[in-house]
Amino acid sequence: MRITQGTFSFLPDLSDEQITAQVKYCLSKGWAVNIEFTDDPHPRNTYWEMWGAPMFDLRDAAGAMYELAACRKVHAGRAYIRLSAFDATAGWESLRLSFITDRPAEEPGFMLERQERSGRMIAYTTRAYTTDRPAGARY
Amino acid sequence: MNKVEKKPARKSRYDAGVMQYKDMGYFDLDYQPKDTDILALFRITPQDGVDPHEAGAAVAGESSTATWTVVWTDRLTACEKYRARCYRIDPVPGQPGQYFAYIAYDLDLFEPGSIVNLSASIIGNVFGFKPLKALRLEDMRLPTAYVKTFDGPPTGIVVERERLDKFGRPLLGATVKPKLGLSGRNYGRVVYEALKGGLDFTKDDENANSQPFMHWRERFLYCMEAVNRAQAMTGEVKGTYLNVSAATMEEMYERAEFAKELGSVVVMIDLVIGYTAIQSMAKWARRNDMILHLHRAGHSTYTRQKSHGMNFRVVAKWMRLAGADHIHAGTAVGKLEGDPAMVRGFYDVCREDYNPMCLEHGLFFDQDWASLRKTMPVASGGIHAGQMHQLLDLLGEDCVLQFGGGTIGHPMGIAAGATANRVALEAMVLARNEGHDILREGPEILERAARSCAPLAEALKVWKDVTFEYSSTDTPDFVPTATPS
Repeated sequence: MRITQGTFSFLPDLSDEQITAQVKYCLSKGWAVNIEFTDDPHPRNTYWEMWGAPMFDLRDAAGAMYELAACRKVHAGRAYIRLSAFDATAGWESLRLSFITDRPAEEPGFMLERQERSGRMIAYTTRAYTTDRPAGARY
Repeated sequence: MNKVEKKPARKSRYDAGVMQYKDMGYFDLDYQPKDTDILALFRITPQDGVDPHEAGAAVAGESSTATWTVVWTDRLTACEKYRARCYRIDPVPGQPGQYFAYIAYDLDLFEPGSIVNLSASIIGNVFGFKPLKALRLEDMRLPTAYVKTFDGPPTGIVVERERLDKFGRPLLGATVKPKLGLSGRNYGRVVYEALKGGLDFTKDDENANSQPFMHWRERFLYCMEAVNRAQAMTGEVKGTYLNVSAATMEEMYERAEFAKELGSVVVMIDLVIGYTAIQSMAKWARRNDMILHLHRAGHSTYTRQKSHGMNFRVVAKWMRLAGADHIHAGTAVGKLEGDPAMVRGFYDVCREDYNPMCLEHGLFFDQDWASLRKTMPVASGGIHAGQMHQLLDLLGEDCVLQFGGGTIGHPMGIAAGATANRVALEAMVLARNEGHDILREGPEILERAARSCAPLAEALKVWKDVTFEYSSTDTPDFVPTATPS
């Protein structure tokens, strides 16, 4: 399966040139670019690991691409990597863009567990197959 | 205040009998509205022979303290404070016999935090007043002191995006069709296919409540099976607007509680449940971390005709105060009424923190929302993937695009229809961010995206010539070159 979190998951994987264009767009808006990675792709896993702090003072998209390359060197093929952009403007103070740049070689997907309860109620739990294994040994 | 008001000739002002509203203190072209006044702009069409100034004064009077005759009991009150004042009156450009009447109301005329009280004054008796042929409430300025008495949207655009983990693009939805007649089990099939195919939300239609073919519990149970299954298939948070509109408040709470227990992230209500019920549901949603979707069912009965009723922008303002997280606000390009400039104004009302006066978008006042959370506008009705560049250009990214027929009617199936819409959307956002002029290059961008997406290619082929070119009835009175007098 292909996890479709993020702004551009329905498109073919973005090339570095395409990622650079998005970073340029974010910088032109004054947003801080941030790189994160995880081996727990659960849809409600909010806090991916940060690859350093958000790049608040970055001027050149090449800087973000350099960090992305460094992150890939350690995690590519064994984790998801995403790039997000943070807008500190009053009234927003949250992300403006967030998309996956890298995926593990294989995406085994999720198990949906149903716990039957009284009446016809079902309690649902979504569980990633990979998170059965300990962190670091999942992909 | 006019001369009569400043130096009231008490004896004659309060003699029993009938006098003109403008002589009773409801008309004053010198009045300077206070920052705390609530302002309203009415389009008035006086009966033949009725002086427009007197008509404006009558609207001010009848929507505040006046009655048809002089009453001495006014003198037991600080009556000058409570009298609304018509402080400006302009002929409507190009519409002989119509006038824009600006009326100011003291804040103490209104109960804090109550849309029902506001509406009972502003659109109460006055709309049936005989000396007027027609009356339309066009816009309101709600002062900060009043805005702060409302909770506003329980979730708001930013928190909704954080909760759903979806940023940088409009959200995608579809209304389940046919809207009536499906069994719960079949209904859930449509939800599952559409969400799995790439939509973020599916939606009950306004009149999907609890009918013989599908009771509400059946719908809720099957829909949540579909939502959870689609989440597991995509790794993405999904939702379906479960319509909890019902005959009584007790019944609505019961349905909403059930939706919560099933793990839904969103519930839905219709505008026709009434302002009080809407505010109650907004408070419930706030207590229960629920997104509240509002379908504007019924609004066209009083918003569509230009001479009488109220403009939708006022409904939008009231609903942002009342606490709707989503509100249907038009598409401009789809099958339902909506002039592009006016729709733009509605969207700005929903989601900006400050609306400067903009006559060509129908915004007659500056409006400061004082950090009230933002309502996500929903574009729904007769839109399809081939219009993606126009939709993104006109409506921006903080909205929900709802493709009902444009998803479910796809020749390759519902999931394929959803995929076509999602691919078209992401391709358009990507191109826009790269600096492309999407309005001009849109069709080309879609064609390019369709090369690696058969469902999009098919959608573009089937619907490429579908447009709804009819003139709107609710159009701006000012063209962009006009300047306010």
